[in-house]
Amino acid sequence: MTGTLAVLGWVPPVFGHPFMRNAFLAGTGIAACCGAVGYFVVLRAQVFTGDALSHVAFTGALAALAAGADLRLGLFGATVAVAVGMGMLGRSGRADDVVIGSVFAWMLGLGVLFLSIYTSNSSGANGTAGVSVLFGSILGLSAGAARAAALIGAMVFAGVILIARPLLFASLDEAVAAARGVPIRALGIGFLALVGLTAAETTQAVGALLLLGLLAAPAAAAHQLTTHPFRGLALATALAIGAMWVGLATSYAVPSVPPSFAIIATAVVMYAGASALHGAARRGFFAGGPNGESLAIPEGIHG
Amino acid sequence: MTLFDYPFMINALRAGTIVAVMSGAMGWFMVLRRQTFAGHTLSLVGFPGAAGAILIGLSPAFGYFGFCIAAGVVIAMASPPVGSALYSEESAVIGSVQAFALACGFLFVNLYHGNLNGLTNLLFGSFLGITNGQVLSLLAVAAPSLVALGLIARPLLFASVDPEVATAAGVPVRLLAVVFLLLLGVAAAEASQITGSLLVFALLVLPPATAQVITGRPVLGMGLSVGLGVSVTWAGLVMAYYTPYPTGAFITTLSFGAYVAARGVRVLNERARSHTAGVAEGALT
Amino acid sequence: MKPARLVPDATAPTPGDVIQARGASVRFGERTLWSEVDLDIGRGAFTAILGPNGAGKSTLLKVLLGLQPLAAGSVNVLGAPAGAARRRIGYVPQRGGFDRTLRIRGLDVVRLGLDGSRWGVPVSAARASRTREAVAEVVDLVGASHYASRPIGELSGGEQQRLVVAQALVRRPELLLLDEPLDSLDLANQAAVAALVQRICRERGVTVVMVAHDVNPILPFLDQVVYVAKGKAVVGAPNDVITTQTLSVLYDARVEVLRASDGRLVVVGTPEAPALHADRHAG
Repeated sequence: MTGTLAVLGWVPPVFGHPFMRNAFLAGTGIAACCGAVGYFVVLRAQVFTGDALSHVAFTGALAALAAGADLRLGLFGATVAVAVGMGMLGRSGRADDVVIGSVFAWMLGLGVLFLSIYTSNSSGANGTAGVSVLFGSILGLSAGAARAAALIGAMVFAGVILIARPLLFASLDEAVAAARGVPIRALGIGFLALVGLTAAETTQAVGALLLLGLLAAPAAAAHQLTTHPFRGLALATALAIGAMWVGLATSYAVPSVPPSFAIIATAVVMYAGASALHGAARRGFFAGGPNGESLAIPEGIHG
Repeated sequence: MTLFDYPFMINALRAGTIVAVMSGAMGWFMVLRRQTFAGHTLSLVGFPGAAGAILIGLSPAFGYFGFCIAAGVVIAMASPPVGSALYSEESAVIGSVQAFALACGFLFVNLYHGNLNGLTNLLFGSFLGITNGQVLSLLAVAAPSLVALGLIARPLLFASVDPEVATAAGVPVRLLAVVFLLLLGVAAAEASQITGSLLVFALLVLPPATAQVITGRPVLGMGLSVGLGVSVTWAGLVMAYYTPYPTGAFITTLSFGAYVAARGVRVLNERARSHTAGVAEGALT
Repeated sequence: MKPARLVPDATAPTPGDVIQARGASVRFGERTLWSEVDLDIGRGAFTAILGPNGAGKSTLLKVLLGLQPLAAGSVNVLGAPAGAARRRIGYVPQRGGFDRTLRIRGLDVVRLGLDGSRWGVPVSAARASRTREAVAEVVDLVGASHYASRPIGELSGGEQQRLVVAQALVRRPELLLLDEPLDSLDLANQAAVAALVQRICRERGVTVVMVAHDVNPILPFLDQVVYVAKGKAVVGAPNDVITTQTLSVLYDARVEVLRASDGRLVVVGTPEAPALHADRHAG
């Protein structure tokens, strides 16, 4: 990688460190898939599902650790399994806030139990595993792990691009899409599987507790800035990658700032900025939504 | 030597009881008003508050209360009307706010050179080291809040069940919504100190939701909710005492179990009822 | 043209001792919804407010409740400016039906009509039993006794509607305002609820003002009609107002009022879709 960058005539000192190179490699792949998947998550109003999957990620990873296995086994296994399961159970999300929230609160509680089992079984040195799962450990990735993460990220990203057009159709106009032969159900389940993979991936970077930030904020910012779908998709990806890079660079420059904080903070600032821009561009209450429609109906017009 | 001989356990039980009563009552309205997600967000925001308070040398309670109440006011002011088309927009905002709050908390803990234990306690609860002062402060906040809830209970019920008619009857629906979110912030801050910021659902949502599965009657339901909350808190504290696992895990599991049991019983009841109902149900009203 | 009264005073002049409006008009921003509305509604009368969608029928009810201010003119309800006599008015607004998962019992929803706006907790045992009796009595009046203890979310549209009427009646109001109460009900329930309201009006002497989309279920009971369209209102007896001649003048278009063989009225040719009952359930 340094060789490639040497073409620029100058290698920034940050890339002199292997752990930073790994972090940037993995981070770019992760951010790319996060931005792309996130764009559709926000479009399809499935942010709550993403939140649920982040809890599952935590518990799955720690279950694997407590059982003495590689944490990625539990991480990926649990998220994809639950995501696909939710897809097969039909319209998720709106059902009942209390039910969903309860199940996932219980999952968190379980996860904490596994964490305690794990830390009491193994020696104290491994106490950081819990923090890594909760808040990410992108700077601690080995070269092999980083390459794997980047590869999976790239594959998920490619997967989203592949299904982008029919997925868009299915999300915006389900009835018409179904009539035209788009496989709505399969697409929905497949997409949720991609969301599960993304959640697992992103956990390695910013942790289960924060992944929702990287999934939702850059995508929501993109929705604010443009209504054109493919531009939005590209923008979401770019913003996510940007947040990742800025976050990593900041963490390198100011070592006391943890990278996951910097990355999420950047993403959220982007969202806030995009909202402000959008609000300024369209003055007044009747701002357009992601599809350009008017959202607020003044009272009293319907007699 | 039983666990009751240790002062810190007595304090833990006292604190737990106060928190459970508060959560059971406030949570009942929160579940009725379908504001559980807001409650969850409110308590998450308490985490950076508590961590930040520790960082600058204050007791975490200040941070919990300050941030949770402020967040309650912000949510109340910024809420779009119920059922508006802003749903997907809104959840992206909530998701981002949640992530940002947790990220800030993590930053503060790191700056404080916090160890894993400190982090786990803030997130998942701890009952060790609860001082007399803390118990008193919990009580001092809970008592007037419960009195306030009692004062607004009936108009709040009216506004939650039937907002249009309530407005016509002169009930200040919007004002009550703001006041309630403020009180909810207080409840979330209190509950966080026992269950940790992440598991507030266990006390603030699950016992009230269980009570509402069992009955729709307000007074009975609230009593049930409080009773359940206190029971699972005590049971959870005792279990946490005898094992190395955090309080929050037990309280969550117990209250979730009660919720599932209540729903299961109701499903079975309904199946039995529909078998015997038969002809009578078919008639037009 | 100033059509304050397009028809001569109908059979019995109704004194406006319950509702009296003079030159009332409502404006939203730049747009005037309706204006120059004169209204006299007497005690014990059953009045319907009719008109096409968006004409401002619900707004007129809100004006009577004091929830919507007037841009011009005056309105007196029960001898006081609109909004002052709220406690003597029962209100049944347009609702989408209660959330199916709402566990509050029908009895408690009715009870809210009685003491829902009172601050503090109920302590007096004597008052509690009086409350219970009042609720039971009014629930019995509307014929909902055998399902009022069930969670309101589980009840059918017709059952819920009876209970909300009970809620409006529990304080023994002198005036009952209903906003399209028959809207989402099937034919049998429409007839039943309409008959219920009629019974309350006659037996209890309650003045009733009902906004309706379709006049036919209540036509036999009406003393008076207020027809709101195109920013104006025509007031009078049903047979005088719902006529080809009157409505054509009101709409300023070729409108026909037809009487079907079963006695039902159909208004055809209005600039909006005809006010036929079946239309409502087509979408």
